[in-house]
Formats: sequence, structure tokens, C-alpha cells
Amino acid sequence: MDMKASKKLSLKDRYNLMTRDLAWTPTYQAVQDVFPYTQYEGIKIHDWDQFEDPFRMTMDAYWKYQAEKERKLYAIIDAFTQNNGHLGVTDARYINALKLFLTGVTPLEYMAHRGFAHVGRQFPGAGPRVACLMQSVDEIRHAQTQIHSLSNYNKHYNGFQNWRHQHDRVWYLSVPKSFFDDAVTAGPFEFMVAIGFAFEYVLTNLLFVPFISGAAYNGDMGAMAFGFSAQSDESRHMTLGLEIIKFILEQDPDNLPIVQAWLDKWFWRGYRVLTLVAMMMDYMLPKRVMSWKEAWEVYAEQNGGALFNDLARYGVKVPKGWEQACKDKDHLSHQAWNTFYNYGAAAAFHTWVPSEADMKWLSEKYPDTFDQHYRPLWEHYAREQAEGRRFYNGTLPMLCQVCQVPMMFTEPDDPTKIAYRESDWRGNTYHFCSDGCKSIFDHEPEKYVQSWLPVHQIYQGNCFTADADPSQPDFDPLADVLRWYKLAFGQDNLDYADSQDKRNFEAWRSQATSN
Amino acid sequence: MQIDLRTVSITPLRQTFSHVADRLGADKAASRYIEATMDVQPTVNYHYRPTWDPAHELFDAARTQIVMRDWYALKDPRQYYYGAYTQARARMQETAEADFTFVEERGLADRYDDAARRTALDFYVPLRHVAWGANMNGAAMCAYGYGTAITQPCLYAAMDQLGMAQYLTRLGLLLGSQGELEAGKQAWLAAPAWQPLRRYVEDTLVLKDWFELFVAQSVVLDGLLFGLAYKEVDTELSHQAGPVVSMLTRFQAEWFQEHTKWVDTVVKAVAAESEANRALLAGWVVHWRARAREALEPMAQLALETGAAQAALDRVAAVLDARLAKAGLAV
Amino acid sequence: MPNVFIAFQRNEETRPIVEAIVADNPAAVVNEQPAMVKIDAPGRLVIRRTTIEDEIGRDFDLQELQINLITLTGHIDETEDEFVLSWNP
Repeated sequence: MDMKASKKLSLKDRYNLMTRDLAWTPTYQAVQDVFPYTQYEGIKIHDWDQFEDPFRMTMDAYWKYQAEKERKLYAIIDAFTQNNGHLGVTDARYINALKLFLTGVTPLEYMAHRGFAHVGRQFPGAGPRVACLMQSVDEIRHAQTQIHSLSNYNKHYNGFQNWRHQHDRVWYLSVPKSFFDDAVTAGPFEFMVAIGFAFEYVLTNLLFVPFISGAAYNGDMGAMAFGFSAQSDESRHMTLGLEIIKFILEQDPDNLPIVQAWLDKWFWRGYRVLTLVAMMMDYMLPKRVMSWKEAWEVYAEQNGGALFNDLARYGVKVPKGWEQACKDKDHLSHQAWNTFYNYGAAAAFHTWVPSEADMKWLSEKYPDTFDQHYRPLWEHYAREQAEGRRFYNGTLPMLCQVCQVPMMFTEPDDPTKIAYRESDWRGNTYHFCSDGCKSIFDHEPEKYVQSWLPVHQIYQGNCFTADADPSQPDFDPLADVLRWYKLAFGQDNLDYADSQDKRNFEAWRSQATSN
Repeated sequence: MQIDLRTVSITPLRQTFSHVADRLGADKAASRYIEATMDVQPTVNYHYRPTWDPAHELFDAARTQIVMRDWYALKDPRQYYYGAYTQARARMQETAEADFTFVEERGLADRYDDAARRTALDFYVPLRHVAWGANMNGAAMCAYGYGTAITQPCLYAAMDQLGMAQYLTRLGLLLGSQGELEAGKQAWLAAPAWQPLRRYVEDTLVLKDWFELFVAQSVVLDGLLFGLAYKEVDTELSHQAGPVVSMLTRFQAEWFQEHTKWVDTVVKAVAAESEANRALLAGWVVHWRARAREALEPMAQLALETGAAQAALDRVAAVLDARLAKAGLAV
Repeated sequence: MPNVFIAFQRNEETRPIVEAIVADNPAAVVNEQPAMVKIDAPGRLVIRRTTIEDEIGRDFDLQELQINLITLTGHIDETEDEFVLSWNP
């Protein structure tokens, strides 16, 4: 009998004993019954042991290091709260970016938590299971640290208080909600490619760097702290995503076309969700970090370029839609903010025209497009507003059946022409914003016809309050929908210029700086 | 001398989020646990059905026969949100690490009594696989359960079980060697003493009702196994050869004390909700408890003489039954 | 050759780590921001435990990098002694 371990185990071997070696092939129940979801996507895995665990972290190390990160993070959140840190932001327009974050992004962290718990149970390979479960716990960390960091803003500003209710109902929030619902309802392999790889690796920097850097630039220590703290977990997630995609592609050449189709779909769906980030960066940050165009050039074109260059050895091609996304970089944020400006009465955050100084920055960053296509819009709105006719669009926008963004995107080669695509399926016509979304629909129409489109739902009468009576002569359907959204009219919505947020911020700031 | 610290005081517009205020009955300050847990899971307007389970919605209360008017009645008495959970575990980890270091550096593993060492390796090492099954089951409860109040602690328990599987692996390496881990795995797969328990675990891996799974795993198996392994057998080994194994399994023993507080609170709330729930729980407990007892008997005899094994199992069964009775489930 | 990069929170704990990286990677370029420090290197970047230990005067576990890590690119290879980022490993 061996009494001593004769030589010290390598990190890799030790980790193997701590994870993969714990698993066994069941014999009292069929493997197919223990792991029922692994065949139907057509992905072929021959040897799960080929998966290389990215960070070899055992649970003891996980608890130790994560607890340390939590202690530091909550110390900052407490200090920020005690010191009325929210008064240190550049100005309260910035806080609207945080409203978009809590209502739009935080619920996705929770979906990621549940989605990774699901695939963390369903993959037959022990190595990927452990990595996925660690990601699941990390994601509830993100959801909760965000809720906690933003809790203090909720106490002082409007538009945070109904985040759960609104994420599930409000027209622009179905964009992120449907994105993640799509991923979690897809099969386990597709989920990993969609979220683990496409979202957490290819696109993640385009979501987090703008928000976190935006926080840092605008004096928001609270959000910046959780942002940086979360990012260290993201490194593990990114690595899992990259390892998973390599693993799947290396297992069988038949997997390549399936994976490529998923990359095409999820690049496009993810890119469409980032519309909200583009407008946030260019229009909602009083102190801007970089333009959407610049962020796209660094994080997509350069970093993404290096990545796809590296993956070319597997036969992977740059996702379809890449070229269009590159063309759109000069237009995306402006078209998006214009839409939200229009629908400012129905948004649970404030909107505003950019100032002259803002427009000077936009001109410099977008020399080919801003002055020609977008400055005239803003100047027109500003004149109208100055004359007491601040424009609020009283109709409802048409949403794309797939990405659910209002159909405000223009043709890739003609920014004066709105892009419309459609497909007929089983007697109905469905509408899309782009070739990318149409092709996603055409590949799986039975999935996308299920979409809970907020605007369709309104027109079908499903978004009225319980005591609504449309037969009354003074019935105002839009007002009733806003009540159904729990959106407090005149408080959560409309222009920043007239908002309680602005008045309070200025009054409190003056209280904190004068006697 | 009194020091009076002042900061600028601003009157907030509200104390918490609307959905939290609704639950608290008023807009008042809410704990971090409450803000991070209540209503965090979506419940409406899902966009698509799961392609992997089209019979259900994305989150679906019908994935169990248990019916709750409000799944958030199952709050965790430990109030674990992620930060509180990891910090609690980090403290336990520091103690466990110190214990392992102590045993190793003082030569206590080397000098441990041979007979006790053999017993410890034969009994504890295969339990790392039981813990792995528990990790899988906790993940399933989190994935398919309903409401953050219950799904959140199920995942924490799953990660705890992985951690305990890893501590058992280290016990095997410290008291034995990599060869002992291999032997333990072989025993798990083929030795007669382990087959009923392995069958139990594999049968839980295919349960579709996630609350039945909670009963089979967290209530019954954890309840009986932890009492057997980390109280009865540990006490016996301590009598024989001193507390070396106690030090190496301290994490598990302390974890179990805390775990039962949570489990009992959940059982109590679910049983109290309705006679239908109580009857379902009772049926599941009766079924799985009989199977667990049968599964633990042969492996208990690896560490205890037959008579002593029976007596030990009687004691742990009595403890579990007392807990259940206190929770309103006398079966 | 495309760059790999690693970014850390900028604080007293990461200062010696960055110094160690610079010492072991002559082609590395350090970009300092108020809250973050980003290090780019062409094709490959190695972080050595022993170099960090020399800087800080105590034992160091490479997994401690997790505490202040923000983001990175490239394939990872981790042992007890080295943490390596590279393209085309």
C-alpha cells in the first residue's frame, strides 16, 4: 500500500483528480437518460476529456479569492453610499445610462446564471460542467452586485425602481430580454457558442468597456467598482468560451457548419443588442470615453480580427454581417438616439438633444456622417424645444420580429433609406430590420413566431391595466400602457431638461458644496 | 469626549425597489439579501419555449408537483446572497486549510494508525463520488427550480458539494496516495458495499421533479449520510486513533449543521402550505428514506461492526425523523 | 503579429505584478489609465511566479492574479510557475 505520494502532482494532474476524476459513467441508468439533451443539435463529441480546463480553480481557491473581491467591492459600495458619491458624477444625465443598465443588462446576468446552471448539469463532460457551474455562480454575483451598487441610485433618482417589471414588458427592453431567452431556450451547445463565445468573448468588451469606462470617466465610483470587479470573473468566462469553441471544432469536422451558422446568428443578434450601448456611449455620457466607432474599431475590428485570424485554422470564417456592422459604425448611435428621443415619453429614462459642445465632439468623431445626416435633426429638435414644442412621437414603432429593435436601421449603403425585409410563413408576413435578422428567422421560423413583441402586444390589447375601459370617450391608450409599465409619467420619462432628477441633483449638489 | 461625525444628509426619494416595497408592505430599507433575491427571476412574457423541453416554459412552476402560492416564501434563513455566501465559505476554507496544513506538517498523516487509516480510506474516499452526484443534483435544482429564493441556495449547495468532494480527494492523497483514489473509484464502480448507494445516486440523476430531487438529495441522503460519515464514523475513528480525520473533515461537519437549518426551513414552509404538499413530501420521504437506509448499510459496515453500524444508522435516522417532525412532516 | 494583452486594476497590489511582467517581457508596452493598467505584447506574454515573488518578498500563488484582473486576450496556459497568453500556441 502506498503510504506517501511519491512526487508532487502537477497543477494539471491535481486539478484532474479534483474534477474529472470525480465523475463516472453511470450503469444503473442509461447515459442518455442522465444527459438527455446532447444529441438533438447534431453536434458530435467523441472524447469529453479533450476539453482543457481554462483556469484550474478548485472551490477552496474560488471561495478565498472571490470573498476577497467581495469584501473590497462592498467596502467601496458602502463608502460611496456614505459619502453621497452619486453627487460626484459629472452630471445627472449620466445616471440615465445606469437606468438602462439595471433595466436592460442586470436581468441578463440572472439569465446567464440559470442558463449556465442548466448546461452545467447537461454536458456529459465533467470538465466543462465544472467550468459552467463556476460561471453560473459568477453570474449571480454579477446580478446581485449590480443590484446592490445601483440600489443607492434608486433611492435618489427615478427610473430604477421598477426594473424587474419593466424588463419583462417595456418595448426597448424586449431587445435584451429576447436575446437571452433565445440563448437559454436553444440547445446546450448553441447556448455555449452564443453566450460563452459570441457574447462573452467576441462582443463582451463592447458592452463592458463603455459602461465601466463611462462610469470611471463620469465620476461614478460605485458602478466602476463593480464593473472592474466583475471583469476579473469575465476573464474566466472568456477563456471558457474560447476553449469550448476550440474543443467543439476539434472533436469532429461535421461540427464546423453548425458552429459557423451559430456564429453568424449570434454575432448578429449580439450586435443588434449593442445598439443600446452605441447610443449610450455617444449620447448619454456627459464625459465621453470614446465613440462607438472607435470602440468598434478597437474591440471588434482589431481584437475580433486577431481572434478570427487565429480561428481560421479550424475553418471558421468571420461572421456574416461583420461587413455591415463595420459600415454601420458611422450611423448606429445616431439613429438609435434619434429613436429614443422620439419615444422619450415612453422610455423609463430621460432623453435630451445634444448640446453644441456635444455636437462638436460628434462632428470630430464622425467626420463623414454627423454633420451631413444627423446634426440637422438635432438642431431642428432643439429649435422646436426652445419654442415649447419638444417633439414626442405619439405613435408606436414597428419592431423587428427577431431582434425586436424598432425598425429604424438604414440600408448599409444608403443612410437615407430605412431597411425593410420580410418573410411569409404559414399565412402571415413577418418583418425584419436587416438581412441578418431575416436569415435568422428563415432558419427557425417556428421559434421566432413565438416572440412576445411589446408593440404587437399593445395593439392586441394585452398591455392595459386591469381597470382600463377602452370604451370610455376619454380613454388614452398610450397613457394606460405607461401605467401598465409602472412608468410614472412626468417623473420617469420625458426630457432631462424638465426632470426631477436634474432639479434634485442640482439642489443636492449645491447643498453639499455651499452653506 | 463625544465625537459627532456628520455627513451631508439628503432625503432619498425612496428606500428600495418597488417590487421589494410591495413585499415588505411599505417602502422601507431592505437588506442586501432581500434586494438581491426577491422577484429577481422573471415569471412572465418569455419569448420562446425551450427547444430542450417544449412541454414547459423557460421557468415553469409546473416542473414540480409541489404547489406554492408564492415560491418566495422559501427564503433562506442564512440570508445567503453571493457576497455573504462566499465570505462565509472563505472563513471555513481558511480553517480547513489550516487543519490540512497542520496534519501534514506535524507528520500526523504519516504517523496515523494503520488500521484507522485503512478504514478512513475505504470509507471516505468513495464519498467523493457521492458528493459529485450531489453537485450535479444541486445544479439541476437551480436550473429547473422556480424562484430565486430556492434556486439560489441550491446552487450554493451544489458548489459546496464540489468543494467537499475536493476536500475528500485531498484526504485521500494525504492519508494515502493517487493509487488510493483509483482504488476508491474502483470500489465505487464495482465493490458490492457501494453498489446500492451508487444506484441511489444514479436514480436521483434522472428525477424530473426538482423538488422530489431536493427531498431525495438534500433532505434524505445528505441527512443520513452526513450524520453517518461526519458524526458516527468520525467519532469511532477518533476513539480509535485520535482526531486526525476529524480535522480533515471538519468542513463537512460544520457545513452540515448550517445546511440543515436551511433544509428544515424549506421543508417546513412547503409542508405548511397545503395538505397536498405535505402528502407529496411524505410520500417522497418515505420512499427515499427506505432506499437510503438500504444503500448506507453495506458501506457503513466498512467503518463499523455490523451491530454498531445498525445502531449508528438508527441514531442518524432518528435525528432526521426528529428534524422532519419539527418541520411539520411526521412520517 | 497581433497583440495579446492583459489588464489589471491599478492599485498597490498590481504595481509589482506589472513590474514583474515588464521585466520578463521586453517587448511589452504598458498603458496606464487612472483605474486600470493594460499591458500589450506581440504574440506572447508570460507572467512568472518567481519574478513576482522577488518583487513582493513573499510567496505568491499565480491564482491570486484573479483578484485584480480585468480582462485579457489570447489562449491561456497556466502552470504553478507561469501564466502564459499567446496566439497560435
